[in-house]
Amino acid sequence: MADFKTAPADASAGVKLMTWVDNRFPATKLYKEHLSEYYAPKNFNAWYFFGSLALLVLVIQIVTGIFLVMHYKPDAAIAFASVEYIMRDVPWGWLIRYMHSTGASAFFVVVYLHMYRGLIYGSYRKPRELVWVFGCAIFLALMAEAFMGYLLPWGQMSYWGAQVIVNLFAAVPFVGPDLALLIRGDYVVGDATLNRFFSFHVIAVPLVLLGLVVAHIIALHEVGSNNPDGVEIKAKKDAKGIPLDGIPFHPYYTVHDIFGVGMFLMVFCAIIFFGPELGGYFLEYNNFIPADPLKTPPHIAPVWYFTPFYSMLRATTDVMVNVLCGVVGIAGLISLLAVKGRAKIAIAVGAIVAIALLKTFDAKFWGVVVMGGAVIILFFLPWLDNSPVKSIRYRPQWHKVLYGIFVVFFVVLGYLGIQPPSDAGTLVSQVGTLFYFGFFLLMPWWSTIGTFKPVPDRVNFAAH
Amino acid sequence: MKRIIASLLAALALCSAAFANTGGPAWDKFPKDRVTDMAALQNGAKLFVNYCLNCHSAAYMRYNRLRDIGLTEEQIKKNLVFAGEKVGDLMTVSLSPKDAKEWFGAQPPDLSVIARSRAGDNGSGADYLYTYMRGFYRDETRPTGWNNLVFPSVGMPHVLWELQGEQRAVFEEEQDPHDHAKKVHVFKGFELTKPGTLSKNDYDTAVADLVAYLQWMGEPAQNQRARLGVWVLLFLAIFTVIAWRLNASYWKDIK
Repeated sequence: MADFKTAPADASAGVKLMTWVDNRFPATKLYKEHLSEYYAPKNFNAWYFFGSLALLVLVIQIVTGIFLVMHYKPDAAIAFASVEYIMRDVPWGWLIRYMHSTGASAFFVVVYLHMYRGLIYGSYRKPRELVWVFGCAIFLALMAEAFMGYLLPWGQMSYWGAQVIVNLFAAVPFVGPDLALLIRGDYVVGDATLNRFFSFHVIAVPLVLLGLVVAHIIALHEVGSNNPDGVEIKAKKDAKGIPLDGIPFHPYYTVHDIFGVGMFLMVFCAIIFFGPELGGYFLEYNNFIPADPLKTPPHIAPVWYFTPFYSMLRATTDVMVNVLCGVVGIAGLISLLAVKGRAKIAIAVGAIVAIALLKTFDAKFWGVVVMGGAVIILFFLPWLDNSPVKSIRYRPQWHKVLYGIFVVFFVVLGYLGIQPPSDAGTLVSQVGTLFYFGFFLLMPWWSTIGTFKPVPDRVNFAAH
Repeated sequence: MKRIIASLLAALALCSAAFANTGGPAWDKFPKDRVTDMAALQNGAKLFVNYCLNCHSAAYMRYNRLRDIGLTEEQIKKNLVFAGEKVGDLMTVSLSPKDAKEWFGAQPPDLSVIARSRAGDNGSGADYLYTYMRGFYRDETRPTGWNNLVFPSVGMPHVLWELQGEQRAVFEEEQDPHDHAKKVHVFKGFELTKPGTLSKNDYDTAVADLVAYLQWMGEPAQNQRARLGVWVLLFLAIFTVIAWRLNASYWKDIK
């Protein structure tokens, strides 16, 4: 235990109060460690707004969510009507509801950009592996949160989207149908499903999400932030032990982030006040029709933020499974040539078993595996990247092209996931899926190739 | 970096076509300015209560919300609320779902948010309704004697026939441009066979008023929302400029 301190007799009331508190709770210590004496690199660019913006959107979602729960009824018979009640009869209910519905999409926008920032500047590399892993867990929890929240308005898209996604679990071998039944609580999506999704959406997942956000920030503040140059600022410190390229988070980055908040809120509010449906992307038109278990809509598409992964699911056809068998075979042969001794047997057996499994189970099941794998693979990124530099700035030119193609494929997959299925679309999404997985699985190899530029000792910074 | 941004923009441009054309005839453009025109909305409300609210409900909408379009509670009570209902009641109907199913083949949908739900590739929900309400034509093969251009084989009869009169749809057989072996049925326009009490222009105006009302009823806060939005954005613009200058003044000591 720290020593019990006493404030000087002539100290102000504020100092005396803080001394009293600090003797019992590390308020000043926490404030210093996380704000006034947390040293962040001074060369952050606009990409670094999205972390604090994600926190802002989380707060918006929680606060608006609290007010929505006061009026929303998680009952299949009146859920849809209760949302319209909020939109019409609850004072300012429409604003709260639009903030929440726009906030859901905004959350994914800022989180995708935040993750992409991490990807290009190598923010996941040693010693920040756990920062990244916690972040990926947040992304996963966020997807669960969004999926379950989307059922609550109880419109046609809510209903049929949930029906389609829950049915995916039925594709799991052996336990699938029972698993789907356990999730739904009924043989079709119904009142039981709505009630449990409501419970998960307002209690369970937000608790997990908050815990993970705290872990994400504690891990970050333990190791310190990366920066666009991928230079460790802690390597060069002054006599007092403060990084030469570091500046206190407060006030420099708090004031900087407030500026970012202003810009974000302008876009956010423009959508809320002038186009809350955003052309059917944020609020789907079909979702203004109450859920009808007897009427399947002609085209069921998830909300935009799930569509890249949904495309990968749809891309996994029987043909695609054959292609995957071929890929496994070729990978096996190449590894056979590369290794010696008993490892050869292990690889041969592994490849044969993998191909046998691929052909044994239904393509639908592998589609689910591909879709889940596309998210899970992100967790392993810190151990896939072997490049000698962290930041994209010092990588070979063709690496940048590769990252560019990655983004294009991700967006194209998202676009195709909204579209009704077509032959050409399926082919493109198959290529996109192979590229997505190739990008990550081959990263240990390609990330070491090429001529890397020398990384400077200190960060690049031009005074404002 | 520039390449990444350029590729993102290109992909966004692709996305704007996300709701690709699902076919069907093009929708006429609903005159948007009517949604902010109080007289049009009031006339639309009158048409709605008289012609639609017998079979269709608007069960999320209260009569007294009509104060938002410039009516007094007295006016609403006297002209729009039927016997036995209170001005704070929801716009429900007494038509039972069972009867409705028997008479029309389907239960008439609730109209509270109909304008929001019908938007699609061809235009806004209001565009759809504006085209739909002007697209009824005589078709003796249908049980009701009516068919509709944008909703083929619709169960609903033409309730505004007294106003519009009766029209006939002219179709012509044409060569399919994609397949020479086929003929396609092409819509060539409507032909008025029996005039109604309104001229074509007056009927279009009446439908526009009705659709304006439906559009407004889909989201009664919509006009207030847009008005308020201007002030919110103005505030945020000033806030952001101050934040930007504040940020610059802090950061000027960072070398």
